[in-house]
Amino acid sequence: MGLVHAPREKALRVTCVRNSGAFGRRLMEMGLIEGAVLAVLRRAPLGDPLHIRLGDYELSLRSREAELIDVSPL
Amino acid sequence: MTVPTGRSPDPQSILSLFDPCTGCGERATGVCCCAATTACKTATIALVGNPNTGKTVLFNALTGFRRKVANYPGVTVDIGEAPIRGSRHDLELLDLPGTYSLAAASPDEMVVCNVLSGRVSGRSRPDVILAVVDASNLRRNLYLLSQLLDFGLPVVVALNMLDVARARGLEIDIARLAERLGVRVIPVIATDKRTLPPFIAALDAALAELRPPRPAPLPSVIEQSAAQLAASNGQLSRCESLRVLLDNEGYAEREFLAHGGLAAELAAARRLLETAQIDGTAAEIRARYAWIDNVLEGVVARSQHGRSTWSSRLDRVLTHKLGGFALLLIVLCLVFQSIFYAARPLMGAIEALFELVGAQATQLLPEGVFRSLLVDGVIGGVGSVLVFLPQVMILFALIALLEDCGYMARAAFMVDRLMRGMGLSGLSFIPLLSSFACAVPAIMSTRTIADRRERCVTMLVIPFMSCSARLPVYLVMVGALVPDINYFGGLIGLPALVMLAMYLVGIVVAIPTAWLLRKTAFAGPTSGFLLELPSYKLPRPGTVLQRAYSGGRSFLVRAGSIILVLNLVVWALAYFPHDAAARSVVEQQAQAADWGPERLRAELDAQQLRDSYLGRLGQGIEPVLRPLGWDWRIGVSVLASFPAREMVVATLGTLFNLGESSGGGAESLHQALQSATWIGTDQRLFTLPVALSIMVFFALCAQCGSTLIMIGREMRSIAWPAASFFGMTILAYFAAWGTYAAAQAAGL
Repeated sequence: MGLVHAPREKALRVTCVRNSGAFGRRLMEMGLIEGAVLAVLRRAPLGDPLHIRLGDYELSLRSREAELIDVSPL
Repeated sequence: MTVPTGRSPDPQSILSLFDPCTGCGERATGVCCCAATTACKTATIALVGNPNTGKTVLFNALTGFRRKVANYPGVTVDIGEAPIRGSRHDLELLDLPGTYSLAAASPDEMVVCNVLSGRVSGRSRPDVILAVVDASNLRRNLYLLSQLLDFGLPVVVALNMLDVARARGLEIDIARLAERLGVRVIPVIATDKRTLPPFIAALDAALAELRPPRPAPLPSVIEQSAAQLAASNGQLSRCESLRVLLDNEGYAEREFLAHGGLAAELAAARRLLETAQIDGTAAEIRARYAWIDNVLEGVVARSQHGRSTWSSRLDRVLTHKLGGFALLLIVLCLVFQSIFYAARPLMGAIEALFELVGAQATQLLPEGVFRSLLVDGVIGGVGSVLVFLPQVMILFALIALLEDCGYMARAAFMVDRLMRGMGLSGLSFIPLLSSFACAVPAIMSTRTIADRRERCVTMLVIPFMSCSARLPVYLVMVGALVPDINYFGGLIGLPALVMLAMYLVGIVVAIPTAWLLRKTAFAGPTSGFLLELPSYKLPRPGTVLQRAYSGGRSFLVRAGSIILVLNLVVWALAYFPHDAAARSVVEQQAQAADWGPERLRAELDAQQLRDSYLGRLGQGIEPVLRPLGWDWRIGVSVLASFPAREMVVATLGTLFNLGESSGGGAESLHQALQSATWIGTDQRLFTLPVALSIMVFFALCAQCGSTLIMIGREMRSIAWPAASFFGMTILAYFAAWGTYAAAQAAGL
């Protein structure tokens, strides 16, 4: 399941990160790699970007980049 | 994979950072504890860490040196430096920009890599790396640490924010963490002064027995290729060769090739990876996180799950679909309201003071050039700029408050979708918002925008945001000429609405400008938006006050130096030639027509201005200014304010107060402007359309030398600041023309 379509407030495990250039690298360096646990908390008022909790911290990510990430329910 | 256990200190492996003391043999600098003086060597310690780890708070606490601190990723954009207080060594601390990784995605992050490699000219390589690690977010923080171990420099870890970690139910086995990492780990709570003396003592002890770092193991193919690249070049450290090898088209590769690195060497090293069919980037990151998971095994105990729940709850309200935007608008409105109203009592006091000083000087001194210079030039000019100090400080304090409590990052999160419409991202929102205080630090803060095109466009639209230097112009015009009508039961007044409109003018122009630049000169794909949303916290009063203070100080330095000099030039141009013959002609006229003393005074002033050098210059350009509703005196004030726009208020003060011997200050300037007429007529000069056209001109014109210099420096271009200057000036002229015509047509 793509992260974009993931339900809110559910613990998810990252199954695949499709690496795409410098931005994909930064995603992975921030801890978005296979096996990481995250949850989508909410979307911004205008529907994008997403607010996610990754491990011990929170970050925001646009839908377009969230499409690089596949997750499965934990 | 097993992690090697920490070795017992081996005397052979201790790095000699300091020379042994001549008295007792202990390694120290300056005056040793045995009171014998040793050869003096200062050790440089580089402070490195992720954004939002309290790195700059720790820097301030250790050095007492005050620099910008904020709860927003990437506020530190240049290198701060100060000696550590309370250490028995001579230690110089470098504050480097916060970064998540050394695979530089922005020039800001490349600075960290370059400093640690000793590649910044005029700066020797640091002796020790002090890595600040956020205890409440160990896993991600250790990623950067794993890269720092690659430099070969000894590393000491400052384990910060233990209070936050504890509040979230995390207990950390510090001894085991240190053993696994193979470096000293010293606990600290940078915001708690009591933890600092033990921290510095432990740091001193750690510096006496530094050991070389043990880098995290990477896949052997990567190690081989990096070693091959380093060997062929002979100048690259392990870290640098990894970055050049693995970051395709990254900043490290660019600098490597620019400084004489051979593309063939790089291609050969990368071929090794290709042959092994390895995605070097992903393999490196996975290997580092595998190392981290091993290090953290059994180190962190969680007694309860999750992070502070009230921060989450607050987010539910503050970034709510409808409520979030409404709150953002209310916050912005409150900011402008408090700038306008909260500063009034303080401004009144400053005005009164300068009026008093001016009046005293007028009484004490005989009439003549010296009195005019002192009262009109110095006291009046500086006074009318100083009076805005309270507003400038309030604005800086409010921006600091919003950054420090974590709301600024949410604002960026909410507006990202809007910013994307003009080809930018939420990351540009913070520099643009800071530019309401001052464009110069705002332009510096764009260094955190990774995408070069987005960064350039952000810099070019920053001058459209109404900075604090425009505030005096708006305040004088609004205060003197906009009627004080209140709406919604006194909740908001017409003056504040006009002010808000002036701020909006810049924004409304910036949007299509940015969009156009992104479609033409800086066309390219939109980059991503990866922003950490830190937990909300109570803002620290010290941080807020310090930002207000430094903002106010830089405003004063400008008022004290460049503005005073320019103001004196303008005064001289307005005072000379002081033609006695022309004055006596007016006096004869007065006798013949039997004018009263007030009429005579006004006529003399008018004659003086008309015939001065400044007046002649202004009259020369008056035809160009007529369509804007301006007379030559307004034109002269605008001309005088091209180096720094705060100048306009001082010049207006000089031109309209000249000879009146009042001490400056906004109230008396208000009256002077209200009663000013077109010279030789009874027609009022400053009508509402004129005030609006002046304000619109200032809102859009690039009247700030520092900003243009800064844009040039950051873009490494002369053409762009020049284009910015001419483009904005022409735009401002026609916009002011249109405003005047429209306001007149509307019968204002």
